Amino acid sequence: MNIRRLKDSISSRLMLAATAFACLLFFFMLVGLYYRASPILSTEPIFDLLFSKEWSPNAGKFGFFPFIMGTLWVTGLAIVIAVPISLLSSIYLSEYADSSLRAAANPLIDLLAGIPSVVYGLWGVIAVVPFIRNIFAPALGVETIGGYSILAGGIVLSIMVFPIIISITSEVMRSVSQDLREVSLSVGATKWQTIKHVVLRKAKPGIFAAIILGFSRAFGETMAVLMVVGNVYRVPSSIFDPAYPLPALIANTFGEMMSIPLYDSAIMLAALLLLIVVMIFNILARMVLIKIEKGVI
Amino acid sequence: MELRRVEEFIFRVLMILSLGIVMISLLTVIGVILWKGLPAINIDMLTKTAEGGYYLGTGGGILNAIIGSLYLALGGTVLAFFLSIGIAFYLQKEYSGGTKLADLTRLSLDILWGTPSIVYGAFGFTILMLLNMRASLLGGIIVLTLLELPIMTRAMEEVIKTVPSELKEVSFSLGATRLETVVKVVAKQALPGLMTGVLIAFGRGIGDAASVLFTAGYTDRIPTSLFDATASLPLAIFFQLGTPLPQIQQKAYASAVILLMIILAINITARVLSRKYTKYIIK
Repeated sequence: MNIRRLKDSISSRLMLAATAFACLLFFFMLVGLYYRASPILSTEPIFDLLFSKEWSPNAGKFGFFPFIMGTLWVTGLAIVIAVPISLLSSIYLSEYADSSLRAAANPLIDLLAGIPSVVYGLWGVIAVVPFIRNIFAPALGVETIGGYSILAGGIVLSIMVFPIIISITSEVMRSVSQDLREVSLSVGATKWQTIKHVVLRKAKPGIFAAIILGFSRAFGETMAVLMVVGNVYRVPSSIFDPAYPLPALIANTFGEMMSIPLYDSAIMLAALLLLIVVMIFNILARMVLIKIEKGVI
Repeated sequence: MELRRVEEFIFRVLMILSLGIVMISLLTVIGVILWKGLPAINIDMLTKTAEGGYYLGTGGGILNAIIGSLYLALGGTVLAFFLSIGIAFYLQKEYSGGTKLADLTRLSLDILWGTPSIVYGAFGFTILMLLNMRASLLGGIIVLTLLELPIMTRAMEEVIKTVPSELKEVSFSLGATRLETVVKVVAKQALPGLMTGVLIAFGRGIGDAASVLFTAGYTDRIPTSLFDATASLPLAIFFQLGTPLPQIQQKAYASAVILLMIILAINITARVLSRKYTKYIIK
């Protein structure tokens, strides 16, 4: 075997090793987190852990319910704000806007996606939290804890979700064939009717996938939310309440958790929960997007 | 006016409003950070490490965080590059194209791409425990490598896919091996695009706080070995903002401006590179 072939075969094995690593990395994460979380799973059934409201690590009580509700409130609010705004924006960008507006908007949206989450958090602390404390909450006559609330978390998070939903939706709408639009226009439909009845209907699965991906991003976002959401441990009942989402719990307790038995195991369980939820949503969304790409939908 | 025209008009107004909200929110994020941060930046901030007490001293600057962030992100990006380029090539037709392994790897990378960085942080922490290591520069680099890997690989793969297969066929027909074809033809053709992928991953790495929170630690000093704890800009923002002292909060604003500048520079360079790339594509 000559040296060139030898090089080729060695390099291809190295590449295979790297590929196998990437393929298994996710599996490693799942197993690693499960392994560290297993002590607490063996003390109590998972159902009790997830739906118990009592969280006192010193007494060995680990109830995740308030954190799960906190995550759902913040994520839900972010999605409620982000979905209509980003859908309308992407319809405008892909159907109505002329190319110069598109050329100006796309780099800005890319930039929005690239800004680190802690910078969004800082912006939330400087701008959003005081706005809620000084203007919004007094105007509605509600009490907040200095403005740190689910509302603040939802606003910051929705801006972080914009670029994800906008870029995926625009791509999906661009993949709807031009013929369909022309047929609809030729039978006398207005542009908006065409969009509403033809383009959006055709793009529905893809838009759904975009929303799911946005949701899964919001679900696991840590720093920006942690900085503005108040981190008070209780089950929230309105958007002006503070919350304590799961990612914030993980980030906040990492320093102290090694000193209390089972505490680290509970935190790893929280990470495992996040990983599994995000995995399920990602697989669902990707399956839809891959089908669209292959032209099945 | 017909009802359907009215409806169209209303929706057009809503769309423009929405796009306005998206654009204005971006501009306010950048505007507010610059407005608060620019006055906080001075030469001391950039040339001195933190002074006056462990962790959150009021004196000095944030040089430790700037250097720490660069070490972390550069280390992570270099490691991720060597893994990613191999994977991205291996996913092509002449290696594993069309096989189950390729599909499975793509799915795995997509899931990893969407995995929250705090989960990477928790996983990185379990690796450190396993290796009996403390939070250190090396720990941070490992976890950033994992975080950047899916982003870089997917970006590179997209670029490599656009290289026309005729180029490869010509190279093969001249008797080149796969490695020679991939390195001398494909990589050369795709170079600007590959660099864009590297830059995007670098930007993600340098901005991430949650993953390095438990794996890189935080310190006032510039690390001198791979096993020292290291500060980073995102964590500098987070910790310094959390203090009640205005002098320290000033440092958080300055850190945010520097981080934002780095991200902007990366964004612009990536844009220029990808424009260059599309210009040289043989259609």
